[in-house]
Amino acid sequence: MQDVNNIVNGQKLFLKEDYQVSLAAKKEFEGSMGSVNPSKVEEVAQWTKSWDYREKNLSREAITVNPAKACQPLGAIMAALGFENTMPYVHGSHGCVAYFRSYFTRHFKEPTPCVSDSMSESAAVFGGLANMKDGLRNCNAMYKPEHIAVSTTCMAEVIGDDLGAFIIGAKDEAEGELDNIEITNAHTPSFVGSHITGYDNMMKGMLEQLSIGKDARVIDEGRINIIPGFEPYLGSLAEVKEIAATFSDKIVMLGDHEEQWNTGAGGYSLYAGGTPLEVAKTAINAETTISLQKYSTIQTAKTIKNKWKQGFEICNPIGLAGTDEFVMKLAELTGKEVPESLKTQRAQLVDAMQDSYPYMHGKKFAIYGDPDFLLGLVSFIVEMGGIPTHVLCHNAPRKGWTADMQAIIDKSDWAGDCQIWAGKDLWHLRSLMFTEPVDFLIGNVYGKELYRDTKIPLIRIGFPIFDRHHLHRYSMSGYKGALNLLTWITNSVLDELDEETKDIAKTDYFFDCVR
Amino acid sequence: MANEELEALQKEAIEEVLSVYPAKAAKNRAKHLGVDTPEGVKGACDKTRSNKQTVPGVMSQRGCAYAGSKGVVWGPIKDMIHISHGPVGCGQYSRAGRRNYYIGTTGVDTFVTMNFTTDFSENDIVFGGDIKLKKALGEIDELFPLNNGISIQSECPIGLIGDDIQAVAKVHKKESDKPTIAVSCEGFRGVSQSLGHHIANDMIRDEIMPDASHRQNFESTDFDVAIIGDYNIGGDAWASRVLLEEMGLRVIAQWSGDATYKEMAIAPKAKLNLLHCYRSMNYISRHMEQEFGIPWMEYNFFGPSKTTESLRKIAEFFGKEVQEKAEAVISKYTKMTDEVIAKYRPKLEGKKVMLYVGGLRPRHVIGAYEDLGMEVIGTGYEFGHGDDYKRTKEDLGRATLIYDDVNEYELEKFVQKLKPDLVASGVKEKYVFQKMGLPFRQMHSWDYSGPYHGYDAFAIFAKDMDLAMNSPVWSHTKAPWDKQEVGA
Repeated sequence: MQDVNNIVNGQKLFLKEDYQVSLAAKKEFEGSMGSVNPSKVEEVAQWTKSWDYREKNLSREAITVNPAKACQPLGAIMAALGFENTMPYVHGSHGCVAYFRSYFTRHFKEPTPCVSDSMSESAAVFGGLANMKDGLRNCNAMYKPEHIAVSTTCMAEVIGDDLGAFIIGAKDEAEGELDNIEITNAHTPSFVGSHITGYDNMMKGMLEQLSIGKDARVIDEGRINIIPGFEPYLGSLAEVKEIAATFSDKIVMLGDHEEQWNTGAGGYSLYAGGTPLEVAKTAINAETTISLQKYSTIQTAKTIKNKWKQGFEICNPIGLAGTDEFVMKLAELTGKEVPESLKTQRAQLVDAMQDSYPYMHGKKFAIYGDPDFLLGLVSFIVEMGGIPTHVLCHNAPRKGWTADMQAIIDKSDWAGDCQIWAGKDLWHLRSLMFTEPVDFLIGNVYGKELYRDTKIPLIRIGFPIFDRHHLHRYSMSGYKGALNLLTWITNSVLDELDEETKDIAKTDYFFDCVR
Repeated sequence: MANEELEALQKEAIEEVLSVYPAKAAKNRAKHLGVDTPEGVKGACDKTRSNKQTVPGVMSQRGCAYAGSKGVVWGPIKDMIHISHGPVGCGQYSRAGRRNYYIGTTGVDTFVTMNFTTDFSENDIVFGGDIKLKKALGEIDELFPLNNGISIQSECPIGLIGDDIQAVAKVHKKESDKPTIAVSCEGFRGVSQSLGHHIANDMIRDEIMPDASHRQNFESTDFDVAIIGDYNIGGDAWASRVLLEEMGLRVIAQWSGDATYKEMAIAPKAKLNLLHCYRSMNYISRHMEQEFGIPWMEYNFFGPSKTTESLRKIAEFFGKEVQEKAEAVISKYTKMTDEVIAKYRPKLEGKKVMLYVGGLRPRHVIGAYEDLGMEVIGTGYEFGHGDDYKRTKEDLGRATLIYDDVNEYELEKFVQKLKPDLVASGVKEKYVFQKMGLPFRQMHSWDYSGPYHGYDAFAIFAKDMDLAMNSPVWSHTKAPWDKQEVGA
């Protein structure tokens, strides 16, 4: 029973004797093996750690267990929220939107605006046109956006709704209500690619459909667009803008969702920040567009390169070399010297790397996440002398990514000890971590079950992270972002060293006060 | 504020909200909004329109049938593997977010927080997913041999591309000799989670209830009960079963929080089914009454007043012996809850609360707030039906704004108008109100605290409400240089 002077929640409440007795008695009615025959559970648990299990596990073809990817519309919503006064609108069931909003909100600890047109059985039979007609008008009347960005769920895709035609139809019947609002669209089927594909499709759709078009194009000398990609670290967006601003005030970000998910206390507004629609409309006028995520902008790149005939560059400013390339690219494109401030930042970063390297050197890492995130993070691990033993990318693109990753790994002295796992999930990773163990795991919140099972410490870097606060506010891009990565990883190594050496009169001679 | 004054304000709030909609939507939404009072005759609790299509284009907080089946009813059954059958998203967004606590070795004999999916590609849509499903079932049995059954939870495409998952399940059941249950809970079915609960209940009825294998050698007692409609969020069902056990009852099954397949199958051996979440499991309770003659009884374990009332009602069913023990339980715990109330009520007295949740909570938690001297002035259901609203009437403490399937725009306006001291709803709404400077508690996940069911849990509930209402952080919103109040 509770003690009113020391009220405890379930974590401690259920350890009290009355509950322990009750929980033990419950086993009589349970059919799970842990209640029927605990030694059998132990036997099977051991087997799941074996090479035999690993081989069976790796040959799975049909069932995915603990994926490390989400579906297209999620990415479409992030892309849309990068533009000013824009309401993401999902043509499909509202259940999907409830999931997308919860998912982002749990990561950012911020509200996530997004509507759906609540398609159900009747729409499955007759198509979703009626939903679109009412939905766009209601959305416009209630949330007063300047721009509605329409994406789709798998339901709308399977029944084959024609978004472009539906939007025209809805506008025709809206009695003028939708005449002064931009409505863009993209097909984002959940059964193709992953959330980064949805980001790409929506970004491409918005840029093409908002664009003033080739005929109205006037080259704006010195203008450079930057597309950040599916970026869960808001601090990274801020830092990229800061770096760009040191070169030129004509570098703009297309799809800047930093402020939307970083609003202050003192009142709520539905929309915050974002790339102005005018900037999106004139994106075609820029001389060059730089994508910071190659594999989140595959289709968008085609529009920019092939349709707009604009310069298109790819940089990945995560880690030292990636940031160097980004900075040099900006210097090249703007014709300016690298500013002193960045030279100082770089020197400070390298100094910090030289201070901390012994703790990462030779350490083995398993790491998973999105393709471009991994290219940056693995590059940084290699720069620090760490060993990226297992690099797992569930949503690895079919073309190019593995070769890009191999080229990074080849820079390591331990390249032969590293393996790339494209298209594999986190249950595969569990087998890999048991059979070929590492010192640390880097990944998102879902890595915590791998930590629990393997006892290999998890360093939380990635998306989503629901169980630690405020990490998304930091940067992992640029020199300062690399310093954050260095800090997180080094201190995790040191935390673990303390854990390993804290036993009194046994190991605590190594429990050092100075490291 | 006097009741008449409050009622007038509530009606005004509805008018203001409706004025913004286009005519068609306004007409629709008007039927879902109303005011009712404890004394009122034919008020909103009798008239509110519910369980209807959501108005398109709004930020509804509703989920889908898949969420109701996989997320709510089936997902917590711990020794079965539940496949999210279709594209990868649904299972990922719903992974490990509901806090259905369970005890077991995850990945070996229990599987609740994991995500199993057939991860559909375009090929599966074009050529159908039945072959992949069949293979997936085989792979699961090889890699997870201690599973006690598999459920197949359909996502939207399944029902649209004409797959026959029932046939695949039937074959696998025969080959593996394990329960293999196909649930057609595609997200587009119905208007909310609610139809998913119903579909899920129907599959329990059709696939688990007829399985008498676990019932054959089961030795019954006269005091056997089953807890139905408790998903063990934060350990709720555990905090409930100790009370029932202490008053001499034997809890033979928990549905479905921390449940095993066996507990699902032996429930028809109970003498009484105790139904907490009426909305999501009334269907199967009615079925067990018809099929097995087991009576069912609704109860409410939120707050000491309602818990005591419920324990007495349950004890009455079993007669004098249990009633005497129940009184002993009540007096033992009431001493503690009285101390809790003495500690927290002075800090919470008179504070006003607006609720927006699902299931049973829009009415069931009102009593718990009242035990702390707080008043609920607005409540509504995400996916309730007419019978939920009717049941709400008896729990009203004062003039209450009733809102069905309220969307983010409406709730924000209502809160700005009625100025409650606390909003209790879900994660999607949480940060909207916190930014306005309003204390907020998530009442789906207990805001990562809990349990909230039973006497011990009430102490946690009281502590949580106190920390929400009386934290110093709310006083920081106004900067020293601000001349006016900020926020709502």
